Amino acid sequence: MRERFVTGFDPFVLPFLAGMIFVLCYCAFGIVRILAQLPREDRRRFLLSLITPATALKNIRDIFADCLLHVKLWRRNPLLGFMHSSIAFGWFMLIVLGHIEVMVYCPDRIRLFYYPIFFNYFVAAGESTIGGAVLFFLMDFFLLLILVGIGLAIVKRIRSRIFGLRRTTRPSLTDRIGLYSLWAIFPLRLLAESFTAHISGGSFLTIPANWIFRQFLGNDLNMLPTWWAYSIALGVFLFVLPFSRYMHIPAEMMLIPMRNAGLRIRHPRKGFARLEVLSCPECGVCIDACPMSVKKANIKDCTVYLNRQLRRGNERRIEEISDKCLLCGKCEAVCQVGVEGPLLRMEQRASRRYGLSPDFSGIDLSKLQAPAASSQKVLYFSGCMTRLTPAISKSVCSVLSKAGVDYRWIDQDEGLCCGRPLQTAGRYEQARQLMRKNEELILSYGADTLILSCPICYKVFKDEYKLPGVRVVNYMEYFAELIAAGRLQIEKSDICYVYHDPCELGRGCGVYEGPRKLLGKAAGIAEAPANRAESICCGGSLGSLSLDFAQREEITLKSLQNLYDSRADAIATACPLCLNTFARYSDRPVRDMAEILDAAAR
Amino acid sequence: MIDFGFGLARSSAVELDKVDLSLYKELERLEPGIRKCIACGSCSATCTAGPWSGMSVRKLILNLQRGKDVSGMLSACMLCGKCSIVCPRGINTRQLILSLCRIYDNK
Repeated sequence: MRERFVTGFDPFVLPFLAGMIFVLCYCAFGIVRILAQLPREDRRRFLLSLITPATALKNIRDIFADCLLHVKLWRRNPLLGFMHSSIAFGWFMLIVLGHIEVMVYCPDRIRLFYYPIFFNYFVAAGESTIGGAVLFFLMDFFLLLILVGIGLAIVKRIRSRIFGLRRTTRPSLTDRIGLYSLWAIFPLRLLAESFTAHISGGSFLTIPANWIFRQFLGNDLNMLPTWWAYSIALGVFLFVLPFSRYMHIPAEMMLIPMRNAGLRIRHPRKGFARLEVLSCPECGVCIDACPMSVKKANIKDCTVYLNRQLRRGNERRIEEISDKCLLCGKCEAVCQVGVEGPLLRMEQRASRRYGLSPDFSGIDLSKLQAPAASSQKVLYFSGCMTRLTPAISKSVCSVLSKAGVDYRWIDQDEGLCCGRPLQTAGRYEQARQLMRKNEELILSYGADTLILSCPICYKVFKDEYKLPGVRVVNYMEYFAELIAAGRLQIEKSDICYVYHDPCELGRGCGVYEGPRKLLGKAAGIAEAPANRAESICCGGSLGSLSLDFAQREEITLKSLQNLYDSRADAIATACPLCLNTFARYSDRPVRDMAEILDAAAR
Repeated sequence: MIDFGFGLARSSAVELDKVDLSLYKELERLEPGIRKCIACGSCSATCTAGPWSGMSVRKLILNLQRGKDVSGMLSACMLCGKCSIVCPRGINTRQLILSLCRIYDNK
């Protein structure tokens, strides 16, 4: 290999060079800005995690698996996984191999940014070596891999259904410019390398292409313009990158180490939240996942559009989107980069200013507090929502009595709300006030077990309450223990139920298998097509502030349709809100797990 | 005065020409659903905060329509949302209270 130009420069590299310098400066500035926005202890934690060998190793592994190979996407949708990893990993390998070529053949040029990218233009092949042939083969191989990926991407843009996506994101103007320039880069590279292949050498793609072109092109005049076009396509892509969805490429590489360091969202817009928003690749997986998207008008309220509006700073839309969401958490469960859509919205709600804030400090709990000699070790807290579905609390009490448990129902007459609804509305301070009140009440009994029958309560009791010495359990967990201990006998009925995972219990607390095992003991069980982490919100969620009753109907019907598809005789759920919502529209019986177990318990 | 053990109740007449309805008007603009209220009281019957504070969405709306102070009731709401679930008119009472808290002028 020898160099064709003494200067090692040609003006065509300028568009690429300018774009690259721009992107690097932009990212460097962005990293400094995000680090500056982090709270002090978070920043310390993050920087420390970078030099801790264990997390540093995990960072590298995660970045490799998620950003380049897209392992998670492969698991979800192999075709999409192949498309993304062929482009990302292929491009990465082209860059790496380009650098290796420069280091092998002209090591003194490695300092030039553009040399590895446009290597084939600047060199001429001498007597071929085995090493060179292998490198050239790999270059052509990865180029082919990327071209296949690009081909798939073009097909996906035209017919997304082939890839299992019913709806995809509508790209914005900059997204389109980025998209088309990205599509142009690699065919142009193939052309450019083909035109120079008789000088620089090539492999199985470029040499035959070169031979074909030389059959009808008598000269090398196409060479330079094609290299110009390749460089311009790269330049355009790099210039629009910060303003398009392609910002997710650098942002995700930063997000992964931060997440591994254990950082959380602490501000609706700044620091970690900003990074999550920038990491959204706008793939649109959340659109099909979102229960609201059953209505076309709601599609623009999915997390992907929240992220876009947050990037643009469109305050009116940000507010609208934040208020509408049911906070069911499904977008987060399916998200490939782990954008916490519900949390972003809650933080947005929390950042609001109110002229008046509730104050619960004056609530006098004395009439609920335990009598002086309280002996019960087991408490039952039904939660305020269960008042609308008394069948649940009645059944829980009935089962507890059948098992001979000495318990006390602490909010039988009156009770306070658990604080979760205030929390989802973004009123964290007031929610904490209620939590402290409830803690005070519960601790006054000196019990060791607290049974909850409402998953909304359960989520917040598990995450936020400080109850030293008290075990917080869901009633199903407790019943399973009673059965295992032989205190409760269950008789199987021949009704077939489909279990609906309530959002707060499933995605919220990760409880999926326990209820199914229990249900399997009491009745027949069928599975809905969308189940467990993918279960569809019943539509009654308190997470949404602005969706009114009429707008929720379609969501409920969609969720029910998914359950009907299991062909079960009846629907089982474990949440008073789901029970209440389903019971209005369902064409078959809806029962809470407590009712089913009570009927089966002997 | 002789104490008879009872007396005349203070007049509770509301002179709608004189009271300040700006808060209600503003809320009505933000949440037009408030007009649908038939004061059935389902919201009050299910209210979690009610027994602790006398909170009642029905009363709150009536008081607003009469230009009376509602801050006491408003600051007792726990946002549990049961009132919106039971409302026969489908009013989003929870959002109504949040909006009212936002526009409420403390001064």
